[in-house]
Amino acid sequence: MIRLEKRPQPSKAWIVFTPVVAVLLTMIAGGILFAALGKNPFEAIRTIFWDPLFNEQFKAFSRPQLLVKAGPLILIAIGLSLGFRAGIWNIGAEGQYILGAICGAGVGLAFYPSESAWIFPLMVMAGALGGWAWAMIPAILKTYFNTNEILVSLLLVYVAEQLLASMALGLLRNPEGGGFPGSRNLGQIDALSNPELITGTGMHWGVVAAFIAVIFAYILLNRHMLGYQIRLTGESPRAARFAGVKPKLLVIFCLGTSGALAGLAGFFEVSGPAGQISIDFNSGYGFTAIIVAFLGRLHPVGILLAGLLMALTYIGGELAQFMLGLPAAAIQAFQGMLLFFLLAVDVLSNYRIRIGHGSEKTGAA
Amino acid sequence: MDLSAINPLILIASLMVAATPILLAALGELVVEKAGVLNLGVEGMMITGAICGFAVAVETQNPLLGFIGAAIGGALLSLLFGVLTQYLLSNQVATGLALTLFGLGLSAMIGQSYSGVTPPPTSKVDLGALADIPVIGRILLQHDLMVYFSLALVVAVWAFLKFTRAGLILRAVGESHDAAHALGYKVVRVRLLAIMFGGACAGLGGAYLSLIRVPQWTEGMTAGAGWIALAIVVFASWKPMRVLLGAYLFGGVTVLQLNLQAAGLDVPVQVLSMSPYLITILVLVIMSSGKGRASQNAPAALAKSFHASS
Repeated sequence: MIRLEKRPQPSKAWIVFTPVVAVLLTMIAGGILFAALGKNPFEAIRTIFWDPLFNEQFKAFSRPQLLVKAGPLILIAIGLSLGFRAGIWNIGAEGQYILGAICGAGVGLAFYPSESAWIFPLMVMAGALGGWAWAMIPAILKTYFNTNEILVSLLLVYVAEQLLASMALGLLRNPEGGGFPGSRNLGQIDALSNPELITGTGMHWGVVAAFIAVIFAYILLNRHMLGYQIRLTGESPRAARFAGVKPKLLVIFCLGTSGALAGLAGFFEVSGPAGQISIDFNSGYGFTAIIVAFLGRLHPVGILLAGLLMALTYIGGELAQFMLGLPAAAIQAFQGMLLFFLLAVDVLSNYRIRIGHGSEKTGAA
Repeated sequence: MDLSAINPLILIASLMVAATPILLAALGELVVEKAGVLNLGVEGMMITGAICGFAVAVETQNPLLGFIGAAIGGALLSLLFGVLTQYLLSNQVATGLALTLFGLGLSAMIGQSYSGVTPPPTSKVDLGALADIPVIGRILLQHDLMVYFSLALVVAVWAFLKFTRAGLILRAVGESHDAAHALGYKVVRVRLLAIMFGGACAGLGGAYLSLIRVPQWTEGMTAGAGWIALAIVVFASWKPMRVLLGAYLFGGVTVLQLNLQAAGLDVPVQVLSMSPYLITILVLVIMSSGKGRASQNAPAALAKSFHASS
């Protein structure tokens, strides 16, 4: 019979290798799914993973999109990964992303039509602050009232969506927009816009921020006391308390940081690719970033790669929608599947599989 | 604004309808958590149940078969969670989230050809002259079968956990899986059954939304109901009767805010729409702090993986 035997230490090789296995398994299962929808599975997989980067016809459009989509995903996932490592579950990044966008855009529009160069940095700060403040709600409720941060952070997403709607219809509505919902287009106002920095790359300030976040997270986790405390808390909360870790401070730091980064991502999105505050401004980056964080093994470099891969599935998914008529929801299911396979294959990094008789004890099988 | 347009009898009757999906899902999750498993995929299972039930009901033109299909769909999806967390020992929080993300995508995919379709109507239970009793008749005796089913399920779950041997084993598994294992109980099997029951209940709750309450299929139509069900389990301190109270309280808030919107109360619509979520958070805060800390009632082995040889 098949038996699982716990490894004394998680296998280093498998930790690196499991995401690759998970991606391959997802491609196979996704192929079956696409075949069930009546599409050629090989063509579908090629359209999603290959054509956006290498097809002569599409690469000019698709390649820059890679960074545009990966930027917010990486930025949010880096923040989430800090908390996930310590067992602090912020799953409401979508709400913090919305608040970051509202606050950043709100500050910028308040100064309209000033063209001062100080406005953009101010907007960046407002965006981060908005996301931070929204994440502080579950953080403070958790530390002072012992309320479950998973539920509160998630429920606040729905509150944030209503707030977004009310902003798009009320306070931030474009006074010259003929009564249509949605704010002024930030992309058309030089002082407020977050333009493509190098033409044809998709690189904007949000992508720069994502790369900086990756570097800082790496230093934090590997070279800094706080990062050590985060890792220790995740691996053994009891040992962490003996080592003098203050759990409440850690909750506030992890939720605050992830909120601020999600807020930044929201702000850079609204001032760049999206352009305006609209009712349906948020597109689920906050949730997909959870998959990115896990796929990247909660490691900054891993998250960088996972973010790029996940961005590819977005772009490839759109392409497959356009070329093959693959439903948009199929890509969403495909991304969810990826997380499933990753969690399933993860057993290999923590356990050895033993086949045949060993001891008398029955394993988990 | 015209508050007199709000009829309290109809309000109470419709709060029962509004509460039923959450009641069903929360009851299922209560049993799952009592067995020591935290399944955060309620939202995903609900929406999958919503579309499975809808599709089956539309294809067969039989709402009852729809509900059965929803229960099976929800249970199958939860089985995925069960295999991952029980056999492959994955993190329950992460796997539950995966279930929700996957369920939302899967349901949207299945549901493509069903938007705008009208499901077959579910008939009300005909209680004859009883339904005409003033006040009580209007509030309690003019509902569809699922409302009564959900109430019966509350009693059944309560009695199962309190009085039966199987219920005792389930609670033992949830309090200390090592002790239960040492006594010879099949921890993994008990938990898998509990997870599937939870999935079936969430599926039924979802189908109630798509077949009776709305009744239509739209993408993402559960709109957080699954998460509110999870919150209600905490609110209820893992007690079935309090789940009923929590669900009806929430149903009341939902219906009241909808009525106030219709009555044209001088408050922005968005503020009213966000009120159910805010009130849920508020209730969570009250329940989890102070002397009567609900968290002390939580099953001791909640969200811990069980591996026999460790």
